[in-house]
Amino acid sequence: MSVISAYARALAVQTGRAQPVATVRHVHLSATPMVFIPLKLAGEAAAPLAALVGTDPANPRLLVVPQPRNRDLRFAFMAELADVMLPYVESFAGVTETVEAKTPYERSSDAPQLLVPNRGGIAFTKLLGRSTRFRRADGPYPVHPSVPVLGQWLTFLAERAEYAGSSALVAMTEALALHWATGQSPMEDANLATQLAWIAPPAGQNGPEAALAAEDPLTSPPAGPETHPDFDGQVLDHAIRAYETSSSPAQVREALRTQLEPTWTLMWQAVRLLRELPEAATVDARWAKDRDQFTRETARLADGGFPRGRIDGAVSAAIRLADLESALQTYEAQRAFDDPLVMAEHRVAGKAFSGEVVAVDATRRIVPPGKTRAAPRPLVTIRTSDPVRLSPGKRLSSSRNRKQKTEIVSIAGDLVVIQINDQMGRGSTPAPGSVPEVGEIVCYAELDPSGGQRPRLPSGEDTPWTHGGPPTPYVPTDEDAQEAWS
Amino acid sequence: MTRLDTLRGPAAPLDHNARTIAALAVNPGCDRRALLDAAGIDKQKTATHLGYPAPFGQSPFAITRAKSFDALVKANGCAHLLRLLRHTLGLSISEASYSDISDVGGNDNHQVRHTRTRALLKRAATDGEGAGTLFDHPLLKLGVAGHQVYLEPAIIAFQIEGRFHVVEIKSFAVIDDQADAGQVAAAARQSAVYVHALRALFASEGLDPDRVSHDVVLVCPKDFANHPTATLLDVRQQLAALDRQLSRLTRIDRILDELPVGITFDIETQSPDEPSKAVSTVDARFAPECLSSCEMALFCRAEARDSGSTDMLGRTARDELGGVESIPTALGLADGSRSASPEQTEIAEQLRYVRRIYTEAVA
Repeated sequence: MSVISAYARALAVQTGRAQPVATVRHVHLSATPMVFIPLKLAGEAAAPLAALVGTDPANPRLLVVPQPRNRDLRFAFMAELADVMLPYVESFAGVTETVEAKTPYERSSDAPQLLVPNRGGIAFTKLLGRSTRFRRADGPYPVHPSVPVLGQWLTFLAERAEYAGSSALVAMTEALALHWATGQSPMEDANLATQLAWIAPPAGQNGPEAALAAEDPLTSPPAGPETHPDFDGQVLDHAIRAYETSSSPAQVREALRTQLEPTWTLMWQAVRLLRELPEAATVDARWAKDRDQFTRETARLADGGFPRGRIDGAVSAAIRLADLESALQTYEAQRAFDDPLVMAEHRVAGKAFSGEVVAVDATRRIVPPGKTRAAPRPLVTIRTSDPVRLSPGKRLSSSRNRKQKTEIVSIAGDLVVIQINDQMGRGSTPAPGSVPEVGEIVCYAELDPSGGQRPRLPSGEDTPWTHGGPPTPYVPTDEDAQEAWS
Repeated sequence: MTRLDTLRGPAAPLDHNARTIAALAVNPGCDRRALLDAAGIDKQKTATHLGYPAPFGQSPFAITRAKSFDALVKANGCAHLLRLLRHTLGLSISEASYSDISDVGGNDNHQVRHTRTRALLKRAATDGEGAGTLFDHPLLKLGVAGHQVYLEPAIIAFQIEGRFHVVEIKSFAVIDDQADAGQVAAAARQSAVYVHALRALFASEGLDPDRVSHDVVLVCPKDFANHPTATLLDVRQQLAALDRQLSRLTRIDRILDELPVGITFDIETQSPDEPSKAVSTVDARFAPECLSSCEMALFCRAEARDSGSTDMLGRTARDELGGVESIPTALGLADGSRSASPEQTEIAEQLRYVRRIYTEAVA
């Protein structure tokens, strides 16, 4: 959290309504997102209890496990879930576009997007993927053939969710927190009902009143994956017993419907709220990355790709970590350049500044270090009232031209002098428009949208002994396929 | 009758458990919690009586599951546990004995059980091998804020070659050698309380406290099955934090001294208004984290909201606002309608700047 969002939270308390912390929408919203609200049985590692799932707000599909301790019923639930999710996921695989690159390639024109209520929903999605992806349709404990396929897709989506800026699997409370500061704590913002109460209180109520009302578990049951302990003890327990004596899941279904439907309404309300915000400039580029990964995963599965092993090898783990870091770095920079309110956080922290250009030495030429010929290196002087905490030599970027590399030369009082290093054309003087002009308002930040370079890593076969030597590639085993799920 | 008894009224005092001590140590500045706990007051009932029932509880499914897992690990003289200690942790235990101290000859009086715990552990420590391996439900005592409290015994003490380990059985799963970080951290904090109490017992018996290991044996279900697995958990860091925080805990006597004479939190003989006023006379330090660990949290949150305290926005937000205590003050400093005290000049300047660029960016 930054002082900007802390200030916005204080304002939210004063005004009785959530305050914006973004001016544009930083997440991609599909035209047809699939909302997925899973519930689990308390106390168990990953025992699915129910889910409300679908792409049509008016027509959710309710899936339940009438006796969550029964392994066969769990797999029947997963097969039913596959019946809803797989046609949705696979519907995006057919339509592709050609991407103009050095080597042109095909990419899905759109990709699936799964929306869950909160972080717990993502973690549970991951666990569901983990507990089903190794299963097999043959052998001692056969499952429906769609179950392991669903497991692979859930694993894929949960993994995408770890990448900053990915919109393949989104936790709604986090998407909302990216755009609004409520008058409660970040911890309480993990409750979708109270968070939405602050953002869009019902008519006649202010944020705090609505949030207090939304804490009542009877009107706003938890958004999962955990259910309310009182519901477990007073309703669910009886319903499960009723199922065991009558074999009719009706009572369990009704009980769980009451727990899920309020969240379903909230999820679509949140979708509408987010849709009202204009999309940020780089959302499309990040969604293209999600589509790239979706295309690759589709191809991998079509080739009969194995499920992901339990544990990564050293090299693939290092690559993943580097990619996660790079995604985060890019995302932070893009978000700031897309949105003045996000940039404000960096300005307050002294990592960015905004101001008017007061002098430009456009014809300056020097011999850059390591070079032999003089090249244009214009100097631009900016007057700013921001508290700059940067030192000479720091590399900066600007939303004027995100690719252009600049560095700080000096800071004296409210004057910052920067030197422009590239993107000025091939001529002996800078191309018109490539260098800011006197009077222009500019903003420079110590943010790198390129995401840096991935360190050079050996290939998997060359993993050094310090890291366990070359890993044995994961091959599915019978034990994995028959793993207990009790 | 001590002043703490007066505070509690006619109700019987509640036991501490590792969870309450760990929670207390997380928020050492909270006089209200320290006092209610020291007096053994039922916070759950008190909060309900005041109209702010605790926002959490435990699902019967979770309780059943925890109990059945605990029973599984301890079945047949802790057969599973011994197998784990031998194979997973590679300990060479030749012969094992198991004593349960949940009652002493049918007597479950605290004092009797504690004396028995001391005697058994002391004998095991001095006689070495052969004098016992596993001690289930040892009843330990701990000094909290200048008072001795009993700790609910939810652990097993395990002795090998003169060294003692705390064994904690938890029912959260370890999947592919990874467990939920929050739950492991909570388990580590609770185990540290037991290690601390066990060391205190050793010290008071004239034994070397370092014979109680800082490596705790954590037993959890493996993957998605009900099969237990064990790991060693190093709780040195949690121990250090606990030591520091217990020593920082305000002495209860100091809090008592500041209270009006004759005050009581008794909820059985008073109307809801009176205990509410009485509880309010003791300072609380609310943080949103209390919502998941303290039964009184909603009462304190309402109080923080009424007074416009920055505490309700969370610790990070409070720190970002330069530790300014009230929201109206922070906003007043930001829009210049309130003048800054000398120690506020720096934060006031920053808040004015924040307000300017926030307003500029939102417009």
